This record gives sequence, C-alpha cells and structure tokens, in this order.
Amino acid sequence: MNTIEYFKERFDQLQKENSDSGLRLIRQKAFDSLSRFGIPMRHEEWKYTRISSLFNKEYNFPAAKTPTSMSWKDMEDIRLPGYQRSNELVFVNGEFSFPLSTIRSDQLLVMPLEEAAQSEYRDTVIKYLGHSGKYLKDGINALNTAFIKGGIFIYVRKGQIVEQPVYIYNITDARSGNILAQPRSLVYVGENAQLQLVETYSTLGMNESFTNQVMEIVVEKDARAEYYKIQNDAAHTNQVSTTHIRQIGRSYTHTVTISLNGGLVRNNLNLVLDAERCEGHLYGLYLQKGQSHIDNHTVVDNVKPNCFSNELYKGIIDDSATGVFNGKIFVQPQAQKTNAYQSNKNILLSDNASVNTKPQLEIFADDVKCSHGCTVGRLNDEGLFYLQSRGISEKIAKSLLLHAFAFDVLEHIRPEPIREYVDKLISERLEYDLT
Amino acid sequence: MLTIHNLHAGIEEKKILNGIDLDIKAGEVHAIMGPNGSGKSTLAAVLAGRQNYEVIEGAVNFLGKDLLDMSPEERAGEGLFLAFQYPVEIPGLSTTNFIKTAVNEIRKYRGQDPLDAVAFLKLMKEKMALMNIEQSLLSRSLNEGFSGGEKKRNEIFQMAMLQPKLAILDETDSGLDIDAIRIVANGVNKLRNKDNAVLVVTHYQRLLNYIVPDFVHVLYNGRIVKSGTKELAFELEEKGYDFIKNQVGEEVDQ
Repeated sequence: MNTIEYFKERFDQLQKENSDSGLRLIRQKAFDSLSRFGIPMRHEEWKYTRISSLFNKEYNFPAAKTPTSMSWKDMEDIRLPGYQRSNELVFVNGEFSFPLSTIRSDQLLVMPLEEAAQSEYRDTVIKYLGHSGKYLKDGINALNTAFIKGGIFIYVRKGQIVEQPVYIYNITDARSGNILAQPRSLVYVGENAQLQLVETYSTLGMNESFTNQVMEIVVEKDARAEYYKIQNDAAHTNQVSTTHIRQIGRSYTHTVTISLNGGLVRNNLNLVLDAERCEGHLYGLYLQKGQSHIDNHTVVDNVKPNCFSNELYKGIIDDSATGVFNGKIFVQPQAQKTNAYQSNKNILLSDNASVNTKPQLEIFADDVKCSHGCTVGRLNDEGLFYLQSRGISEKIAKSLLLHAFAFDVLEHIRPEPIREYVDKLISERLEYDLT
Repeated sequence: MLTIHNLHAGIEEKKILNGIDLDIKAGEVHAIMGPNGSGKSTLAAVLAGRQNYEVIEGAVNFLGKDLLDMSPEERAGEGLFLAFQYPVEIPGLSTTNFIKTAVNEIRKYRGQDPLDAVAFLKLMKEKMALMNIEQSLLSRSLNEGFSGGEKKRNEIFQMAMLQPKLAILDETDSGLDIDAIRIVANGVNKLRNKDNAVLVVTHYQRLLNYIVPDFVHVLYNGRIVKSGTKELAFELEEKGYDFIKNQVGEEVDQ
C-alpha cells in the first residue's frame, strides 16, 4: 500500500460518505499535502527512523466499524489504576467508542469531531484543528488529517477544573487482521481551566498494528494542562504519536512521555508558546530493549516574549535497541527574554545499543537564555562498586542505579496511581522487586 | 580474622603493593598509616574487591575463606565493610531504600529471612539514636548534596546497620573538622566489641586520638615497614614521615 493512489481511492470514498461534514475542507487540504509530501523516505526529520517499510504491508484501513464483540472484559488488564475515579475515553482502531467510554466529570465535554465541527464549537474546531501540520511537514501527519474520522473534541469550559484525570486508551484490535489506526483528537482547555490527560496504547492480537495518532491541545489564558503518555505496547506494534500543544494565553503545561516498549515508536511533541509568559515543562523517559526503536522529536517554539520552557529526556538502551532524540528550540525574533533549557541523557547497556541525540537551537532574538546538553554513557562503575560493597548483588545494584537515573523524570508524574504504576512497570523491566 | 600474606597488587600495570603481611584478630583495632602514595587506599580497595585492581601475588584469608576469590557483595555478606574515603552520590536513590536493600541482601546471603518493614524501622530507629543521625538525612537521595561530615556519618550509620565483622575505614577523617571527627569516631567506638575488628587507614594521627588502635603499621612504598603500638603514631606525628623514609628508604628502594 505504498502508493498515493491507494490512499486516493480510500480518501475519495471517505469524502463521499461524509459530504456535509465541516471537516471536509481540512481533510482535502491534508490530502493535497500528503500527495505532495508522500511517505517520508529520505526526509531529514526521519533520518534515523525508517517509516516507509511500514507502508509495504496491507492494512485494514480505514478501520472497519468497532467490533461489537469488544468489551472491557477483553481489556481488563490494560486498564490503568485509579480508573474508578477517572474519566475513561476509549479509541478502538482509531475511532472513538462511546459505549466503552465513561465520563465522570461534569466539567468535561467530549463529542465526536464531526459533530463538533457543525455545532456551536465549529469556529474553535476550524480554527485550531490541523495546526500541527504547520510544524510537521511530512506525509505522516497529513495522512492522519486527511483521514479524520471518528475523532473527538474535548472541551473544558472557562473556569472549569476537571478534578478527575482523563485516561485515554488507544486500543488496536489486531486479532483478525493488520490494522492501521489513526486516532485524532482536539483538546481545548478554556481560560482558567485545568485538565490532566493520561494516554496509553494497547494492541490485542498478533497481527500488524500501526497507530498514527495526532492530538492537538489548545491552552487558554491562566489555564493548566498536564499530559502523560505511557507507551508499553507489544514488540510487534508500531506507532507515530503526535502531541501538539499550543499555549495561546499565559498558561502552564507539563508533559511526561514514558516509552517502555513497542517495536517502532516515533513521538512528535510540539510545544508552541504563542503568548507572553507561558511556561512549559517536557519530560521524557525511554527504556528500550530487544530490537525496539524509540524516536523522540520535540519542538519548543518560542513565538512570544518572556516564556519559559524546561526539557529533560532520559534514555536507557539495552540489547540491539536504538534511540533517537531530536530536540529543537526555536526563538522567534520577537520572543525576547526567552528562557529555554534542554537536556538529554542516555545510558547504553550493551555494545549493540545505540542512540542518536541531536539538540538543535535556532535563535532569532538577542536577549535570551537558552541551554542544551546531551550525554551518552555507561552505568557509573564507582556507584556500582559502592552498592556492591554494601552486599547488594551486581544485578540489583544495576537495577537500583538505573531506577535512580530514571527518578528525576518519574517524579514529575503527578497523578499518584499513575506514578506508582509506571514505577512498578520500571521495576519489573529492570527485574527487581524490593518488597 | 583477617590474614594477609605477601600481598602484591596494582592497578593498570602499575604495581602499588609490594608484599603486605598483616594479621588482625577479633576485638583488635589496627591502624595503617603512611605518606601519600604509599598504597593505603589501594590496600583498602583490594580488600573490598574494587574492580580494576589486580592481585599479582599473595593471599588474603578472611574468617577461614579466600577473600580474594569473592565478589564485593560476597565479601560484604561475609562481614567485611569499607567506609569510603569519597562516598558516592547517587541522585534518585533514597538512602533508606538503599540501606534496606543492603540489609536484606546481606540477610539473604546469610540464609536469613528479609526484615519486614516494621522490624527494619525498629532497627533503623535504634541505630539512628546510637549514631545521632536524623531522619531528614535518610529521606534524601544517597549522599546527594551531603556535607563532608554528613557523608562520613552516613558511612558509619551504614556500618551500624550492617554490623560487619571487620570494618575498614579509608581516610574517614579526610576533609572533616575536629567536631565531625569526634562524632564519627564516637560512632565507631560504640560499635566496637570483642567479636569485631577495625582497620583504620589514615594519613594523620589525630583520628587515632579518638579511635585508639592496638597496633599501628606504617606503610611505605607498598610495604609495611614498621609496626608498633599507638605510641608509633605519636612518633610519626611528631617527626613526620621523613623519619620513616630515612630509616627504611634505602632498604626499600633497593
């Protein structure tokens, strides 16, 4: 399915079926971009992540209707702790499932994107949907937008605080065939509103699973948005996961990206500081083993003056796994007094493990404070000996040191059940149990 | 308890220890003194099993077992403890968690059940009182941002928790003011009994005012060139290491 013709046929079909949707034009523009860009082959932004091979396979795409047989019984073990007190939003094969979702907070409005685009929220949707395309000029982002279907609009009204976190499950049911899933959502956090999002990805079945997700988050003045991504899917799954955050008023955002598993994982995290005095924090942790590949591409775009951003990504790479970190910071000409910090630290545990790390600063203003740094190293021998000299076996000492290395990312996961959950996953991954 | 016989060792092709013989019995305190570069810290490192150090010749017997054949964690399990000259800072690892893991790993090595949370807390409270160490220090990341004195106190606190048979104090007095030395030394003295032993490695005599040795050995060019009682330490302090160098230099240099 590597040709544009293949997509064209399906695209025409989708447009025909949804002729009156307010999303029609957005899709059309995206399809034009897709035709122009194609699937990245020799694209600078995809230098270390070869995505094109994923398009040599046949997928059930666009996904068929949600299988009616799907129920929480099939998915109990992928449910996140604390779900009883959370909102749960479920996508199956890229399409939102209302029957599987539970909305517990009155402050939270969730509606299908198609519907939102024709409702009183039409202007908001048209104005903000697809902004990520300005930053991701490649066929992958366009592919999602061209095929927007079954996506959602999450809206938090001015002054509303969503007390319970919103858990978003992206489920791929690959039990009976290869699936290309393209979940899409637009999140709007109104003035003085607050929202916590926690997102996970799970594949059922052993067939090919390729998720190409895009979430766009708009944050208004005095609002606060936290976003947590937890990637712990099976080794035969692949995903491109785009989170595009745009702060359009003086606001605060906080993101933590945890990548523990998966075959090929590419994350695009964009933070657009589009108002004065915005603050954004970006944390990431990746633990990779086997043949897995993790690529974190981040962009912090300082558009307006006096913004602050802090970025810390840490990686532990074992076996023949590979890691990529590409962190761009743009400071636009008018964005004076920008403070932007970035750091990427890696530990390689095997001779075959590798990481490509590339900080990239493009500064067009003259009164700014920016710093970046990256390290690639091994476990500290001195620390290891210290622990061993206290009777701790080499294996457990290594686990403790690696867990300690991960700590200053983990501590930024604020919802407690999620932090404990991730902490436990990491202990399991590092194969020790302290209790 | 510990018998070192004709120990030759070095690091990266460089030979540092040139035949050490030492015998330490339960209940004794030994001090190893010597000028910079004489091999004091190398001896401590070789005994604790630090990587990169190579034993070229000789044998070390600890409580009837071949010490040199064991991994660092096995040595700790057998009852050896090294208080580090430069305790390592490990951000992100809580001191309490580290000590609990160490206590239970050693118990596991000895075939004992791990201490549960309650028993561990009780033991910790008891040793905290003994060592005058406050809870806030133990809640922090291991040695991270600790002052020199706090680091050394933490070393001795670990020693109290692990209750070793033989404790090696490697330049524990370095970088400490006199009050801190007294606190650390008091801690060590409280832990002394007829069944354990202490090997104090130090450059200066002042620590030995507080931890009083039964025997003092002078290390020079990787060899023990003189042994005596605590009076030897006073003599060294008074006359300086040159007195030893002059006395034995020619002989060792040959």
